[in-house]
Amino acid sequence: MAANTIHAIYTDDDVLMNAVKQTRAENYRISEIYTPFPVHGLDEAVGLAPTRLAITAFLYGLVGFTVAVAMMNYIMIQDWPQNIGGKPSFTFYQNMPAFIPIMFELTVFFAGHLMVITFYMRSRLWPFKKAENPDLRTTDDHFLMEVDAENHDVEKLTQFLYKTGASEINLIQIEQDH
Amino acid sequence: MATNYMYTLPSKLKLFSIILVVAGLIGIVYGFMTTPKTVEDVKHILSAQEDHHSANGASAEATNFVDTARGEIGYSEAALKQSKDLGEDSHGSSSHEEHVLHQMQTRPWSATFVSAFFFLMIGLGILVFYAIQVVSQAGWSPVLYRIMHGMTAFVLPGSIIVFLLVVFAGTHFFPWQNDELVAGDKILQIKSGFLNFPFFVIRAFIYILGWNLYRHFARKYSLEQETASDYTPFRKSFKISVYFLAFFFITEAFMAIDWFMTLTPHWYSTLFPWYVFSSMFVSAITALALITIYLRGKGLVSFISDKHLHDLAKYIFAFSIFWTYLWFSQFMLIWYANIPEEVAYFVIRIKEYNLLFFGMLILNFVFPFLMLMNSDYKKVPWFIVMTGIVVLVGHFIDIFLLVMPSTVGQYWHFGIPEIGALCFFLGLFILFVGNGLSKVSLRPKNDPFITESENYHF
Repeated sequence: MAANTIHAIYTDDDVLMNAVKQTRAENYRISEIYTPFPVHGLDEAVGLAPTRLAITAFLYGLVGFTVAVAMMNYIMIQDWPQNIGGKPSFTFYQNMPAFIPIMFELTVFFAGHLMVITFYMRSRLWPFKKAENPDLRTTDDHFLMEVDAENHDVEKLTQFLYKTGASEINLIQIEQDH
Repeated sequence: MATNYMYTLPSKLKLFSIILVVAGLIGIVYGFMTTPKTVEDVKHILSAQEDHHSANGASAEATNFVDTARGEIGYSEAALKQSKDLGEDSHGSSSHEEHVLHQMQTRPWSATFVSAFFFLMIGLGILVFYAIQVVSQAGWSPVLYRIMHGMTAFVLPGSIIVFLLVVFAGTHFFPWQNDELVAGDKILQIKSGFLNFPFFVIRAFIYILGWNLYRHFARKYSLEQETASDYTPFRKSFKISVYFLAFFFITEAFMAIDWFMTLTPHWYSTLFPWYVFSSMFVSAITALALITIYLRGKGLVSFISDKHLHDLAKYIFAFSIFWTYLWFSQFMLIWYANIPEEVAYFVIRIKEYNLLFFGMLILNFVFPFLMLMNSDYKKVPWFIVMTGIVVLVGHFIDIFLLVMPSTVGQYWHFGIPEIGALCFFLGLFILFVGNGLSKVSLRPKNDPFITESENYHF
């Protein structure tokens, strides 16, 4: 069985935005969009669910904060209290002003790095992965919208996409294993 | 649409603010009338307090937070005794009672100054925020310009009152003005080239003159733009805003040094002007957000969308963190270095103002940080109002803590003089800002960026 998709190529992000809105209004399914740069509001227009990355970032930040507190408490208070510049080192809170930069740094470090790793995993990106990009021009100055043509009249769909401002339309047949 | 975007101060609100002004004035006058006049009065008050303490059976000198945190009993006493600014003889007094007398006499001045400056800094902060918008040719904010102009209406009366306060506050407020004290103090003699009364008055005059001139012309050009056929008024506005920003950041630095840092003339901190500025900026933007939400609730600014509120809330969030960053940078370096001249500043604040000092951090940092972190919450008006009120209270405490510990020391209360001053200036602020807002239509016309601003989305 062959699955039909249509690749409509646009040359301007505003035209693409309008095309996305019109295409969705006509109840065609957009399976993917490739753009050379992030287009503001496109995720909302395509109908993607809001990202939960921010929530994970907050949780990672909490983890980093906790690690910093536990680490500094173990190193500087429990295990080997040191007299640095005459600062009291017998309880955590007495020495806390000195620990705050570390708490801040580790919070940011954990939130930042783990968020990037989460983003890569969620986007199915890893080192040496072969690019899934269907058209090299989308890394330069073209925008590609992938429309599911499965149960639609291809001729009519093509006409419609031209009207939305597409500069080029390709019908792609993908052989799928059962 | 029939609406013409004109605001009028409701008569009930006007009456309310007039009552605030009158009641506040009575409170301020009461504060000045009831200060002790002689050393005998002070002795009487102190012995009454002592009786009160022993009647309660409270142990006179329990270990305080500073000593505990330093792990050294008597640390805070020694630090304060050694301090040239906060010790017994720091204001040139011959006895303990005389020193206390001077502190108590300074209290109504300090109370009035704290509130006067707090509301002035809201107006000033908006003025510089406006200048930044014009200079950066911001596309999102022109819809807010008329509200900003309305709020800066308080700069003129506020700055005149603050000017009079700092000029007449006297030697107990600004110890370096005491000639006898300077005569016996080498450091103050060296500083007297800058810290002398005539130059101090001239500087203060230059600050308020510059701020008010900019306020006048910025508003004038912006209103001229409404009827202009080209963008000449906008270009003029851009030009003076550039000069104003340079002028403002220099004068703001000197203002913070003159009016706050020289309350303790031996103590200095290089990031202090920035610290005062951060407090000013975040309070101003918070007040702007609150007033915008109020006007939106009246249906007068339908052209201001949730997106604009979202951006204001981002500013509140970001500058609350900025304030904390500066607060902590100043605190940690002084805590770590532990140099006697510097550390007394924090010792007195932590010892005598413990709850306010650390509570302020929760109000100004933890609360807005957690409340406004989520992007969706930044668009919910009542969330912004709730956070905004807490932030304003927090920054009022911040200004309170900049002034009171240095002038009144441990003899502070939040009593009639403080509440009176707060009511007085709040009432005055409502009157002037309400009047300023009602002058012209709240919807700017013909600004080069107004269309972009009204269609603002992201």
